[in-house]
Amino acid sequence: MIARIWVYLSASPLLWLTATLAAYEAGAWIFGRLGRRPLLNPVLIAVGMLIAVLAATGTPYETYFDGAQFVHFLLGPATVALAVPLFDNRAHVRAALLPMLAALCAGSLTAIACAVGVAWLLGVRGETLASMAPKSVTAPIAMAISEQIGGLPSLTAAFVIATGICGAVIATPLLNLLRLRDYRARGFAAGLAAHGLGTARAFEVHEMAGTFAGIALALNGLATSLLVPALARLMR
Amino acid sequence: MITALTMLLSCQLAGELIARLFGLPVPGPVLGMLLLFALLLARPRSEALVRDTTATLLRYLSLLFVPAGVGLIRHFGRIRAELAAITVAIVISTAATIAVSALVFAAVARALEKRTR
Repeated sequence: MIARIWVYLSASPLLWLTATLAAYEAGAWIFGRLGRRPLLNPVLIAVGMLIAVLAATGTPYETYFDGAQFVHFLLGPATVALAVPLFDNRAHVRAALLPMLAALCAGSLTAIACAVGVAWLLGVRGETLASMAPKSVTAPIAMAISEQIGGLPSLTAAFVIATGICGAVIATPLLNLLRLRDYRARGFAAGLAAHGLGTARAFEVHEMAGTFAGIALALNGLATSLLVPALARLMR
Repeated sequence: MITALTMLLSCQLAGELIARLFGLPVPGPVLGMLLLFALLLARPRSEALVRDTTATLLRYLSLLFVPAGVGLIRHFGRIRAELAAITVAIVISTAATIAVSALVFAAVARALEKRTR
């Protein structure tokens, strides 16, 4: 009986959609309960729990995604929605064009050089190394760049997500350590280094930070798609 | 809410079409964001139509990354041997990128403020 119910449930989108929302709620609850420590990022907790459940029940990712795709789909309209805070804060944005451009050049180069350089020093080579180069930018751009320079797009997507979670976890403590109080600088850095996940984290902290994170996400997508192929040609 | 979703999806759809028609390396939703921004500049009053829905979407933005995050499960096998190296590279490069961009932004902003004073 239970086996039959499981056969029905595990193949229906309902179960994994519910599980995705429930895992996130649980993550948010733990995050709030244990004093909002950055390491207890709700996304990190939810992803960890869901991976454990999928592994324990032997459920393939494709089955999971049949349900979770409804949540995933909203990423597109949510990206479009970033236009609204950008519009609200357009005066602040116009006033900060020069700092943004300077931070974009420095940050974009640091992201590429540091990821590839450290991985290379630690013995990573070939396709895996190429897949690392565009990992700071939003997944669709990163995957296209990866393909162009001989990486594996799906592996790049995994690095992109890992980078996003890492950035969302370390941004607040790291920026506090640097004693930076300017929310524009803090948000811009989070969005540049950790794309949408950094932007989501920035919006949780401050609307101004979120706005600048959204701009950095878009600008670094453009900068990296120009820089990485050019650098790859130089290396060859 | 339906008006807002229709506007968001229309901008995204238009973005996807433009990206494909002209073979641009920019994702459709990012172009859609620029289109909506242009629309708001042209007709500031239309902001009231989308405001509530976009605020809700952005409040739960991090939830939307959970399905893709679970996708990490598919890659553990391939990179098992290099997992430690890759983890170290991701943590160091992410920290360095955040620090460099934030410090450069703040330094240039401060220099500009001093000059205008």
